[in-house]
Amino acid sequence: MTAATLTKQQAATGYDLVRVREDFPILKELIHGKPLVYLDNAATSQKPWSVINAERDYYTHLNANIHRGVHDLSQRATDAFEGARNKARQFINARKNEEVIFVRGATEAINLVATSYGRSKLKAGDEIIVSEMEHHSNIVPWQMACEATGAVLRVIPISDSGELDMDAYAKLLNERTKIVAITHVANALGSITPLKKITAMAHAAGAIVLVDGAQAAPHVKIDVQDLDADFYALSGHKIYGPTGIGILYGKEALLEAMPPYQGGGDMIRTVSFKKTTYNTLPYKFEAGTPFIAGGIGLGAAIDYLNELGLDAIAVHEHDLLLYTTEQAKSIPGLKIIGTARDKASVFSFTLAGVHPHDIGTILDHEGIAIRTGHHCAMPVMERLGIPATARASFGLYNTHGEVDALFDGIRKVQKVFA
Amino acid sequence: MSDLTDLYQEVIFDHNKRPRNFGKLFEPNRFAKGFNPLCGDRITLYLNVDDGVIRDVSFEGQGCAISTASASLLTETLKGKTEAEAHELFKDFHAMITTDDAQPTEAMGKLEVMSGVREFPARVKCATLAWHTLEAALKNEQDSVSTE
Repeated sequence: MTAATLTKQQAATGYDLVRVREDFPILKELIHGKPLVYLDNAATSQKPWSVINAERDYYTHLNANIHRGVHDLSQRATDAFEGARNKARQFINARKNEEVIFVRGATEAINLVATSYGRSKLKAGDEIIVSEMEHHSNIVPWQMACEATGAVLRVIPISDSGELDMDAYAKLLNERTKIVAITHVANALGSITPLKKITAMAHAAGAIVLVDGAQAAPHVKIDVQDLDADFYALSGHKIYGPTGIGILYGKEALLEAMPPYQGGGDMIRTVSFKKTTYNTLPYKFEAGTPFIAGGIGLGAAIDYLNELGLDAIAVHEHDLLLYTTEQAKSIPGLKIIGTARDKASVFSFTLAGVHPHDIGTILDHEGIAIRTGHHCAMPVMERLGIPATARASFGLYNTHGEVDALFDGIRKVQKVFA
Repeated sequence: MSDLTDLYQEVIFDHNKRPRNFGKLFEPNRFAKGFNPLCGDRITLYLNVDDGVIRDVSFEGQGCAISTASASLLTETLKGKTEAEAHELFKDFHAMITTDDAQPTEAMGKLEVMSGVREFPARVKCATLAWHTLEAALKNEQDSVSTE
């Protein structure tokens, strides 16, 4: 795309896309000799210099183990790590830092709750509700908890457009329902779920709610208090932070009552062969030396998002999605998969006569990175009666020019397969 | 640098559009199902094996152009081959699409058009799905085999 195009967009949205793109060194890479057009942000997002530098600076100037050293370097590392926790708390509007637990990612966060809360609270005949459009990471841990406890998994169906059937949800809720585990933004379809309604209905039935926020965090402003979520899981690498670090939010009273997930250093107060006592929150759930550099990197990513402004990012991404949806009309045989009214910047589609895998290979040769397959959501594919989709997902640095490149690529796919 | 036309050759488009030996055999005495969990491709392979010789072979399923064409070409190549020859073919086929110096053998016939897959490591599993399924069918293992 030309600088002129960028300037036009900048004027339209008040969003400095030229500067933003300068912040992400990887966007200068060439793929098969062509400029990288990175449209696989729902899989993982790219990292700005500030995140890369935060990790490097930690290892260059601060590296020491945290929470245990009497020496100054350990104190500085601890301050930086706990500072990042505070940024994460503000990012999701949790009440206290004690409610913010560092984990490896949303997957580990859900496993923590399914194991610690699930296995200690569930008994045979209890019910867990998930939806038909969950990522495997918000299905399998619950199946494992069911297997261990005799609880039963119930599933909220979705419509053809990818919206939750809220009437069916209301009917599924009953006095045996103990946990509702639900996505905030569906990864394969982009649908945004009506979370406030979902949590209110669950609470009225006496169930708690875990929200898988992995896909929501980069697009939607998260307020765990306003949502009244009991647990909220997110991954750092989807919000322009490092891989291998994420956040589990949990209401303090729930976390207090839960047994530890893993045992080891840092999560204990005293250890003896007679009786070991556990540390206070959040450390009770953080056994072993954590990914300190990753936590600090995540803090830098949150700073970056705050600096750009989540609202401005949302406006820009929504504009890209509208433009993409409009362009799609000009492609015969293209079917958009996931047309919920409330939708994040995920564009999942199929092309008549061409398998998504072939679309992916041909686009890759144009430098365009998209995801193809079932997107770790096999039940969604089964529900919609398709084996796979091609998925372009937009991030804060994507441009209208890149959307044009995507459609030029799709037209090339059709030419190759004509 | 890999070239798209190495992968998507005319023969592959032809077999993708008009897969040969597509459908269920009348009375197969061996069959197996194959699944590639990465892309959702599914295939069922049917065989009639008599005296160690593959008399007839067909397939059903859905997949990308590479997996469909590979399955179609497999069925054409296998008819009349012994089980031992089929195992040998898979070994040579696998070598051809995964290593730089392996040359196609004479027994491969049309399978040679798949050699372009070598430049596309992400697509090797598409090309081998039918072959993994064949191995399972020859052993008559009817549980679904997976490329993962």
